[in-house]
Amino acid sequence: MPAVAETLDTVQSVTEGTYKWGFETEIEMDFAPKGLNEDTVRFISAQKKEPEWLLEWRLKAFATWQKMQEPRWPAVKYPPIDYQDAYYYAAPKKKDGPKSLDEVDPELLKTYAKLGIPLKEQAILAGVEGAGDSPAEGGRMPIAVDAVFDSVSVATSYKERLAKDGIIFCAISEAVHEHPELVKQYLGTVVPPGDNFYAALNSAVFTDGSFVYIPKGVRCPMELSTYFRINAKSTGQFERTLIIADEGAVVSYLEGCTAPMRDENQLHAAVVELVALDDSQIKYSTVQNWYPGDAEGRGGIYNFVTKRAQCRGKRSKVSWTQVETGSAITWKYPSCVLLGDDSVGEFYSVAITNNHQQADTGTKMIHVGKRTTSTIVSKGISAGKGQNTYRGLVRVAPTASGARNFTQCDSLLIGDQCGAHTVPYIENRNMSAKVEHEATTSRIAEDQLFYCRQRGLSEEDAVGLIVNGFCREVLKELPMEFAVEAQKLLQISLEGSVG
Amino acid sequence: MNTVVHSGAEGFLHRFEGLRARLPGQRLAWVQALREAAAAQFRAAGFPTRRVEAWKYTDLRPVSDAAFDEALTILGDGDTLPAPRGERRAVFVDGRFREELSQIEGAGFAVGSLAEELPRLEGRLGALARPAEEPLVALNTMLFEDGLVVTVPAGVAGGVLELRSLASRSERPSAFHPRHLIRLEAGASLTIVEEASGPEDTRYLHNPVFEIDLAEGAVLTHARIQREGVKGFQLGTVYARIESGATYDNFTLNAGARLVRNEIHAVLAGPKSACHMNGAQLLRGGQHADTTTVLDHAAPDCASRQTYKTVLQGKSRGVFQGKIHVHQVAQRTDGYQMNQALLLSPDAEIDSKPQLEIYADDVKCSHGATVGALDADQLFYLRARGIPEAKARSILVEAFLQEAIEGVTDETARAALESAVAGWWEKEAA
Repeated sequence: MPAVAETLDTVQSVTEGTYKWGFETEIEMDFAPKGLNEDTVRFISAQKKEPEWLLEWRLKAFATWQKMQEPRWPAVKYPPIDYQDAYYYAAPKKKDGPKSLDEVDPELLKTYAKLGIPLKEQAILAGVEGAGDSPAEGGRMPIAVDAVFDSVSVATSYKERLAKDGIIFCAISEAVHEHPELVKQYLGTVVPPGDNFYAALNSAVFTDGSFVYIPKGVRCPMELSTYFRINAKSTGQFERTLIIADEGAVVSYLEGCTAPMRDENQLHAAVVELVALDDSQIKYSTVQNWYPGDAEGRGGIYNFVTKRAQCRGKRSKVSWTQVETGSAITWKYPSCVLLGDDSVGEFYSVAITNNHQQADTGTKMIHVGKRTTSTIVSKGISAGKGQNTYRGLVRVAPTASGARNFTQCDSLLIGDQCGAHTVPYIENRNMSAKVEHEATTSRIAEDQLFYCRQRGLSEEDAVGLIVNGFCREVLKELPMEFAVEAQKLLQISLEGSVG
Repeated sequence: MNTVVHSGAEGFLHRFEGLRARLPGQRLAWVQALREAAAAQFRAAGFPTRRVEAWKYTDLRPVSDAAFDEALTILGDGDTLPAPRGERRAVFVDGRFREELSQIEGAGFAVGSLAEELPRLEGRLGALARPAEEPLVALNTMLFEDGLVVTVPAGVAGGVLELRSLASRSERPSAFHPRHLIRLEAGASLTIVEEASGPEDTRYLHNPVFEIDLAEGAVLTHARIQREGVKGFQLGTVYARIESGATYDNFTLNAGARLVRNEIHAVLAGPKSACHMNGAQLLRGGQHADTTTVLDHAAPDCASRQTYKTVLQGKSRGVFQGKIHVHQVAQRTDGYQMNQALLLSPDAEIDSKPQLEIYADDVKCSHGATVGALDADQLFYLRARGIPEAKARSILVEAFLQEAIEGVTDETARAALESAVAGWWEKEAA
């Protein structure tokens, strides 16, 4: 099969040169002393001028973390992590914190400009003309962005416009001061500090992240977005995001992330908590593009993330969409606890592993409320020496009468050095529930390739076309602006192997 | 005389200490070495707990909390042996071969008792079993007393052999750990219809281990009907190694026992070999049945098919764990696995974990799982045609199970399975 042999050659020819976000920004930084102990936790809390209750919360989480064991069950391999050999706080030096975008360090603005992230209000994603303030003005929908640089949020755009509707969109460290009652009410209620090893670590040392509150009956007028950037060396990023959709609220939230190319492995251990009350909807989309390491598997981000939503309200809905192309290792299971009757959970995922990347990702759908429904569509693509695992749980509690789940997991293998694995768990304790799971693993069919090539497409374009078709069910769930980016990313991630 | 009753792993280890000098093969160094190594492994591992991933859904405490005596091997007066299914049968009572109850003459191949054959089994016994990985296999290796040894010579069509296991009625719980070795040489064929049963009022543990090796082009049909007594436990492990062009066809019906684990490890070791593993679990009351399969595709151009069906009544709990592992060399693998469960009671529970682990790219592998109640539309359709509800339900359940049984090509085996299913359902309807 010469076609496949060629493909393999090109996969191997992919080098770190294809990661286009691998530059480093030279900027003056404040660091916490290296290492992790109670003082680190106190230092972070003091830097953020946090109230006493939050410091105590962190210290309790830290004590819990010290007693916990790193999980060993994921199908990923990596050398032991020295948690003392990292900085847990790194922030661009600043005087009093910028009052407006004009005061933000120009180096930072340049960084985000280079990444194509619009911090300037009314600007929109690169390549699209005609920015406008709202769709009513005939332009494209603007996007409000919270930019998180290493440990701190450096800028949040469109805050005033959003405030008009009573929407709160700010850095979580800011929310702790401005809206302590909301933070106190919801923080750690979806992902408790002792939930798992990385969630406990995050609870102890989280530095920043976004906070979103959509009031009753409000449909958020624009996409909200957070852009995460790890820049400094030897730092870990531990952001924490909390989104609350009050009764009848609707919000779509996007998340993107990149990091410089380095030989070392950096840790990213985030926690995302979503709370959906009666009749509300949260759509959470991620394009994860952390540095994946080079062709030999040196460097790259360890992406160990806990994401969970609670559909607390009746008829509430949470939809996770993720495109995972980056990171050396991904360990991530965005989940939905469907508590409210008739609530809905969705999970759409594309995960690509190329070179030495490893991904162990999936979801949990916990059905508690009556007539709750969930849909899982997962597409895994393995190329090079990549290992890709779907791991998921569908649990139907005795209370979840009439619950319904449908799961589809498809894996595509490109080359004979990679692996694709599927590990679903199905637990049903209600006879009126219906659960269906199907999974397939295959490679790109020779006849599909032949058909495309016969019509004059190069092999790379043909493979690209087929892969895009393979992922279409998931990509169509992404908000438009993101879908364009995701498709480009898909191509770059598999450059060489899938054009 | 005071006797200290030991339970759990300690009880079995204690028994091993006491029986050591009386177990078969005590004069054979290699047997002793196997037993000692297994004892060390069992001592280190103990009974698996639910913290062990492979035992996540099956709690062995009902077994490990109980104390078992050595089986007395007496067929109770009240027990009558059911009529044979074919011309030849090997009967085991409490794990020991009973020649006077068996009919193995003129088989055209070698059938015998493991206890007697032991001196000639060095290198064969233990060739496939992995006591280091499965504590229950270590337990079996430590304490096996007997078993069936079958060797079908090259090219011989062995016909049907019935393997019957009975447990005798006893005041005190007993445990037995037979080890069965089945070998089919090149081009040989055999159908084994295995049926395990026991008294309804006796607590006992039946812990069999099979080591099955199929040489080039051999075909083994292995139909297993598990109807242990409602207080009995069966924890069985099958190891099968399938060489090129050979076929292993396993069907397991789990209808009895308080708790059963049916674990199968099959290795497709030679090109163009095939493995079919099908099964049905019919559960009621507080029964717990666990089918766990691990299928290794270790050679190119092999095919595997698995269909498992579970019907749950009462407070029963069904478990299916199935793993297909496709090694890098196993190009052009064709693997399929389906498991379905029908919940007929609000208190029943089903846990299912189908798993694919794939390291070769030119493969076609899929698995599916469905869980649900009887389809209301289908019930309505039948009732609209004047069929009473109970009958309509039984038609639908039978149809559900039929799909798995259809896969069994051997007619004797299929007939045995069909009558066992019908028997279960009649009892259920009564």
